[in-house]
Amino acid sequence: MRKVCDVCGCAGQTGQVHVAGAILHTKTGIKVEVLQAMLLDNDRQAAHNRGHFEAAGVLVVNLMSSPGAGKTSLLEATIRALAGRLAIAVIEGDLETENDARRIRGAGAQAVQITTGSACHLDATMVHAALHTLALRELDILFIENVGNLVCPASFDLGQDKNVVLLSVTEGDDKPEKYPVMFRAADLLGITKTDLLEAVGDFQTLRALRHFRHLAKPAPMLELSARTGAGMDEWIAWLSAAREERRIAPLRRARAQHSHE
Amino acid sequence: MHELAVCEAILAQAASIAETHQARAVTCITLRIGPLAGVEAHLLRAAFSLAAAGTACEGARLIIDIVDVRIACRLCGAASRVRANRLLCGTCGTWRVALLEGEEMRIESVELLAKDAQGV
Repeated sequence: MRKVCDVCGCAGQTGQVHVAGAILHTKTGIKVEVLQAMLLDNDRQAAHNRGHFEAAGVLVVNLMSSPGAGKTSLLEATIRALAGRLAIAVIEGDLETENDARRIRGAGAQAVQITTGSACHLDATMVHAALHTLALRELDILFIENVGNLVCPASFDLGQDKNVVLLSVTEGDDKPEKYPVMFRAADLLGITKTDLLEAVGDFQTLRALRHFRHLAKPAPMLELSARTGAGMDEWIAWLSAAREERRIAPLRRARAQHSHE
Repeated sequence: MHELAVCEAILAQAASIAETHQARAVTCITLRIGPLAGVEAHLLRAAFSLAAAGTACEGARLIIDIVDVRIACRLCGAASRVRANRLLCGTCGTWRVALLEGEEMRIESVELLAKDAQGV
């Protein structure tokens, strides 16, 4: 068996040893082996955010989709369905306006609006600034409604526990095939606006699921309609289970640590 | 286009390495990108020349190695090279596969011009 470099997993074809920080002298200077993520700073900030979320015991869900897929409508319906049961807040990312934050507040939850200007995605630093305006310990679920975009948000870790990607039936069932990076990030795929299935005519939910599976994704798919309430029970059950998982994670970790001692 | 943001992150890391080694300039940056990283090499190149202007990386050569998407089947164990949107085992056809390679988004190395180097 060929020896595999344990730093980067390369098969070592060149015989070169990859070690971060290693220095090779060249004619005019040096070559430094870096072997680090391009978005190292963002990853560090995301890990820091994750620490805040874990300490507060809050489930953080990053909601992504194209613009107009129904992220805000799903959140409004979710907030109403969970009223009096779980405390919810939403960090809203948009290029401009407070419109979505107003809708969330109207539904009865706390909302922080981040306006990104021309930035096409949220990053961990923006989320960090927003999270400090919230009383995290009083929350059960924090949603981050990312900028509507099926490309850019997929590459930036925010510190979330779960990614939920929405695909509305008006967009076409081949979106997972066209945007594999985004759909590969999904811990749950939500097909939205299913009340429009008949009017749209050619959207096949099973075809969308097949394209999703072709990305090697075992994650669940839910068919949702914020308007009729279809699928909302399953969605709330998935959220509640994820929330419970988040709540007991520190206990489980402490127990595992204890048994190792 | 998030490639500009990615580019700025690369430049910041390269500049910090140059500073650590008290280099005069960065002459070459080598990146490794997988088709499933969500970063387009040609957009990154376009963004790089813009973002590098006036920094320690101005004029630096940008080498981008694109890796293949490779998977290992969880059922039959076969390894396959596949397209980014069809992660199916080449032998048995299942989607129950593990990604071996293809999500890379890494800075491999940075070449620096020594402070006392002759010419540029």
